[in-house]
Amino acid sequence: MSALRRHLAVYRMFLRNSVIRDMSFKANFLLWFLTDSLWFVGQLLFVEVMFAHTESIVGWGKWEVVLLIGAHQMISQLFQMLFYVNLTAFPELVRTGRLDLLLLLPVDAQFSVSVQRFSLDCVVNTLVGAVIVAFSLAKLGILPGPMSWALFSVATILGVAIHYGVMFLLACLCFWIVRAQGIVFGYYSLVSLSRYPEAVYRGVFRFVFLWVLPVILVANVPARILAHPEESHVAGLAQLALAALIALAGSRLVWLAGLRRYGSASS
Amino acid sequence: MSLAKYRTVLALAVQNTLVYRWNFLFRCFFGLIPLAGSLYLWGAVFDARGGAAANGFDYSAMVNYLLCILALENLTVPAEDEWQIAADIRDGRISSFLIRPIDYLGYRFANYAGTRVVFTLVTMWPVALMFWLLRAHLAPPPDALTWLWTAIATVQAGVLQFLISYALALSAFWLLEISTIVFIFYSFEYFLSGRLFPLELMPPWFQEIARWLPFTYEAWFPVAVWTGRVQGAAVAQGLVIQAAWVIVAFLGARLMWSAGLRRYQAVGG
Repeated sequence: MSALRRHLAVYRMFLRNSVIRDMSFKANFLLWFLTDSLWFVGQLLFVEVMFAHTESIVGWGKWEVVLLIGAHQMISQLFQMLFYVNLTAFPELVRTGRLDLLLLLPVDAQFSVSVQRFSLDCVVNTLVGAVIVAFSLAKLGILPGPMSWALFSVATILGVAIHYGVMFLLACLCFWIVRAQGIVFGYYSLVSLSRYPEAVYRGVFRFVFLWVLPVILVANVPARILAHPEESHVAGLAQLALAALIALAGSRLVWLAGLRRYGSASS
Repeated sequence: MSLAKYRTVLALAVQNTLVYRWNFLFRCFFGLIPLAGSLYLWGAVFDARGGAAANGFDYSAMVNYLLCILALENLTVPAEDEWQIAADIRDGRISSFLIRPIDYLGYRFANYAGTRVVFTLVTMWPVALMFWLLRAHLAPPPDALTWLWTAIATVQAGVLQFLISYALALSAFWLLEISTIVFIFYSFEYFLSGRLFPLELMPPWFQEIARWLPFTYEAWFPVAVWTGRVQGAAVAQGLVIQAAWVIVAFLGARLMWSAGLRRYQAVGG
């Protein structure tokens, strides 16, 4: 048990340092919040434009799609709060050989690579997503019970795990490709698929992103849990859990394979 | 003044970027995923409408539009120019340009053009595959003149995008961190340039305003000429407005450069 306690103690320090750092650059903190909000408003605007030309899409009404986008915002902002900055900085650690330092520490290196920096601005953005979820539920006239909220929380955590697995896997490609800035781009491309109702996707594309790289489910399952409390969500949650497990295990394997290849740099 | 030195910069940019062709291919491939996503989404929207067109767009027209935007983006969007310029300023590297007989704007433009050439050559293949898969929806214009106007509009769109990125990057003379400014600008550009959906889907008053903004001429306009949505005198008018924005952006960039140099302290140079 002492290993877990050690990791928790280290994480407390990481958290402290990150918050101090964020608070000493207040203007930058506010600007990032504004930037993320603008992109989010853009997504809502897109829904507005789309529903100016149709009543519903594959059975989803306007406020159900807004709920979906709110859930997507919550999940991706939670992921960004905990992991995102770290994973974008990771390829640079490999390229410059600064990863050596982290490998020497008596904590798991994947842990310190992934959670060193905590992004305070994303806390606010997560709340914005939550407000949109609540607002669209009010518009739909749905009041989910405690069971629905519990399942929603589980689905959200699984969603964050899938985001993490996908991006960590992409980031680990930097052990083989020196210039891997493309990964940030790859992450956004993949997770953007979960903003739309899953039934719009068809054919091979649907199969791949539902089963092989299961990003489509990420926001869809939690949104359905809240929007349709009367349905059973066992199958959806099970698939989400399986997907999270595969994403985490898969990325861990690629990380270990990458470490075997890692020969440090310059030094 | 000789252009030979800028040709050399261009050739160097070509060589440098060829090294990173995997990175490009990666980016291009991942760029196709959201596009496929929005094609499926619009497919569902038009299914719900029973195939009826919305503001002149049916499913085929939408596919055609989004594919043309994809091709245009691959041809024109500056990849990492703004970050490189900002880093040059922050790290004091532009000092070495100030003492050489080369103009920094010219240098960056040659660099941009060279990178675009390689980027297009590498990413042409996945894009071409996408076009081939969806060829039933494509509608290339019948007359040669439209090809010519589209070519001019595309070149001007590229120059305009480059100059805007360049001017944005020069804010690094005043700011330590330019990424928030850049991303805030891009969030407007993304919608107002018609990259996400055709501007025709917006209400008429919005389109009337958009017609005078620079964003429209970064992406929507060349595609609108190609697809025949802008015709006759409106083409000439649009090209003139576009050229005017290129000139404004050029003068703005020059102004920012000279104002910035007065503040520049060559830190770390």
